[in-house]
Amino acid sequence: MPEHSEHIVSPKVYLTIFLALILGTGLTTWAAFRNFGPFNIVIALAIATAKATLVVLFFMHARYGERRTRLVIVCAIFWLAIMLALTLSDYQTRQPRMGRLLSQAAYYDA
Amino acid sequence: MNNTSPTPPYEPPRDHYLISAGGHIRSWLLTTDHKRIALLYLISVTVFFFIGGVFATMIRIHLLTPGGVLVTPETYNKLFTMHGVAMIFFFLIPSIPAVLGNFLIPMMIGAKDLAFPKINLLSWYIYLIGGSFVLYSFSTGGLDTGWTFYTPLSSIYSNSAVTPAVLGIFINGFSSILTGLNFIVTIHTMRAPGMTWFRLPLFVWSHYATSLIMILGTPVVAITLLLAGLERMFHLGFFNPAMGGDPILFQHLFWFYSHPAVYIMVLPAMGVVSEIIPTFARKPIFGYTFIAASSIAIAVIGFLVWAHHMFVTGESTYAALAFSFLSYLVAIPSAIKVFNWTATLYKGSISWDAPMLYALGFIGLFTIGGITGLFLACLGLDIHIHDTYFVIAHFHYIMVGGAVMGYVGGLHYWWPKITGRLYSEALSTFAAIVLFLGFNLTFFPQFILGYLGMPRRYSSYPPEFQVLNVLSTAGASILALGYLLPMAYLSWSMRYGKVAGPNPWPATGLEWKTDSPPPTENFHVTPVVDWEPYDYRNRPDLGLAAGAPLAPAHGDD
Amino acid sequence: MHRTGELYGQFQTLEQQKESATLGMWIFLVTEVLFFGGMFLTYTINRHYFFTAFGIGSNTLDITLGTVNTIVLIMSSFTMAMGVWSAQTGKKKLVPLFLILTLSLGCVFLGIKFVEYKQKFEHHLIPGHNFDITYRSSHPAPVDDPEEMALEKQEVDRALASDPDANSHAQLYFSLYFAMTGLHALHMIVGAGLIIWLIKGALGGRFTPHYNTPVEIVGLYWHFVDIVWIYLFPLLYLIDRHR
Repeated sequence: MPEHSEHIVSPKVYLTIFLALILGTGLTTWAAFRNFGPFNIVIALAIATAKATLVVLFFMHARYGERRTRLVIVCAIFWLAIMLALTLSDYQTRQPRMGRLLSQAAYYDA
Repeated sequence: MNNTSPTPPYEPPRDHYLISAGGHIRSWLLTTDHKRIALLYLISVTVFFFIGGVFATMIRIHLLTPGGVLVTPETYNKLFTMHGVAMIFFFLIPSIPAVLGNFLIPMMIGAKDLAFPKINLLSWYIYLIGGSFVLYSFSTGGLDTGWTFYTPLSSIYSNSAVTPAVLGIFINGFSSILTGLNFIVTIHTMRAPGMTWFRLPLFVWSHYATSLIMILGTPVVAITLLLAGLERMFHLGFFNPAMGGDPILFQHLFWFYSHPAVYIMVLPAMGVVSEIIPTFARKPIFGYTFIAASSIAIAVIGFLVWAHHMFVTGESTYAALAFSFLSYLVAIPSAIKVFNWTATLYKGSISWDAPMLYALGFIGLFTIGGITGLFLACLGLDIHIHDTYFVIAHFHYIMVGGAVMGYVGGLHYWWPKITGRLYSEALSTFAAIVLFLGFNLTFFPQFILGYLGMPRRYSSYPPEFQVLNVLSTAGASILALGYLLPMAYLSWSMRYGKVAGPNPWPATGLEWKTDSPPPTENFHVTPVVDWEPYDYRNRPDLGLAAGAPLAPAHGDD
Repeated sequence: MHRTGELYGQFQTLEQQKESATLGMWIFLVTEVLFFGGMFLTYTINRHYFFTAFGIGSNTLDITLGTVNTIVLIMSSFTMAMGVWSAQTGKKKLVPLFLILTLSLGCVFLGIKFVEYKQKFEHHLIPGHNFDITYRSSHPAPVDDPEEMALEKQEVDRALASDPDANSHAQLYFSLYFAMTGLHALHMIVGAGLIIWLIKGALGGRFTPHYNTPVEIVGLYWHFVDIVWIYLFPLLYLIDRHR
């Protein structure tokens, strides 16, 4: 694919994305101090993912690049997802609650 | 080619890669020629093969008697650990990709070199550095944790030299990653004009799939070993139950790489077999697309089965069910390959050269190894045979009967191309048979031992198991001969062997169109590809043995 | 070396060379995703089981410094992207300028990280090294705000009540904190080294619209390091802040 027809991203786009990222940072910090219960983590990850997406698409030129680059990115995310999902499938389907440490003495007495 | 005029006697090339850059040691240690780097790797992996073999020999001698005749139990733990570490990380994983892959991939796609030749050389040096750390570990207290480094033994309680070993394997991982990266980029961007994806040799497809695994899996074992090492050095608690950590987490992280790693070890060998079979059956490969696709399928599905190593160590039953099912799934693409190779043989014009013997041996032994893997994937059965010699026999059938046979067969197949020499047909046939017999005598008794209940990684056993152990050790001595013979006659052939032409077998494939040994830039003129791979039906120029018919147009995809 | 963007021997065209270099860097970044991913997995599982201790640990981190660092890194990504743009559009003088800005911002980040690490050391929050989550709130220093310390003591006591091993679990949190931010910082140092190499080339006028691949691929690496921090910041600094 001839790169000389490569799309040169304009500084205006970069600036816009930059401001969006700063906004996202402020938003996530603000949200952290509010109590959304179990959704705090969801919101935090959602904002982080949105920011990461902007960086990948615009700063890393994935939006304007080859299809193959996008395939590579998708593979990375997919494999990370496999590792997380299948491992968690083990932890989430166990009955007893993990993490209750016995004190050293009780450990040897029991 | 013109059949009427007598062909002039073959003139071996005056200038080729072994000579062009000079014979000075510096021209070898600073080379960026993928062919020279392949030979550098050949020497290094052979050294580690020897080291791993020494440990194996000691293990087998020790197990001649129920009480163990050679070493203390503590030392025995070190023997099997070091055997595993040396063989897996420093022989099996690099062997075919770094030796044959490096040498052949650029030639098979019609390129002058890999995409990143300097990174290729760096890969080799990283391998050496990692290997040095591990050898340092071996010689200063050894390693007794098993090659699997389960915590908390490895991260806390072991008194052996775990930290340098773990560091060495971590470093070596980058060698693997860089090789895989080089291959993937090369195959994507450096193919000659006309070399479309579906004209690629299956050797290239299998190395592409292998490289995917290297890229996606190796970083995970890297971080895992790093965390275990940090835990050992700084008394952190990731995997230590007394501090809230979880040993099972180590196992998940470790096996996420180490299961796909076994496909790193076997996929390249399958690629070798896919090259050898059509050549010595004089037929196009049956089901090219399926074999290519199955390589990718093995790479992908292979990442979904890792916890079948943990059925009895503490994972949840539901997860075990899922992983068991997925493990059965991963056998399917491998089986597809076996079916297609067999179909290629059907009605073929078979020659029994040494490479073919190794390839046929691979098919049989890999099938046994693969099916016994399914035995292990069955949850109920695994409770009985997990951690027994059944497992050991299973993976040695695949690793030795499969991967090593593929490696040795590949070396024999491409030896004329690499060195420009032929080796003794009689000796090589004899050695292949010796290897096959020795291998089976060594490892088949171990299936029985395992089923009868002999645990693995134990330095002693009940007296009723002695006969089978003695048979196994006897087999190992024959197996050793099977390895030493090729080392001898192949080395001898480099100086005294008959000169090979560009295409002695003959075979299709771009690598056979250039001189033996090839020039440094591989091809004097960049080839333009306009034919399909394994095109034995349309290539009378390859010349068949007098009287042998062309295989009928039959059984293709 | 290749001062004028010459073709390396194994390639047929500059196009192919650029395509290969870019693909190579993307694939390397894939390996980095999986590399950091292993630690993210460890984090996920440990946070799930030891939520209280992780909350306590997170609250000891200085959120101002963390937010500033996040902004600094995002700015450096912006200046890096501008550096690539300058090379692509032939603004030769601007290339070293933007690269130096990127490097400076990176150094600011590392400096702040150093300050934070030093704080952790003073508060006995280094794992394996007299780790004690209760130390700071029971030994407030003159610079500490007494109200904040009282609140922290309250939180720590409450955590220990619901989870008697909260100290060990908090140590796990900090092990992950140091492993993840430490590895991230290491990657930044490597990145800084690469940028210094780029600055040398840029000052020599090496990067032009015709040849700017090194700037672009170091840019890819730098943006990736930024992305890792984009995830690290909320996961490490923003747990349970609403208390």
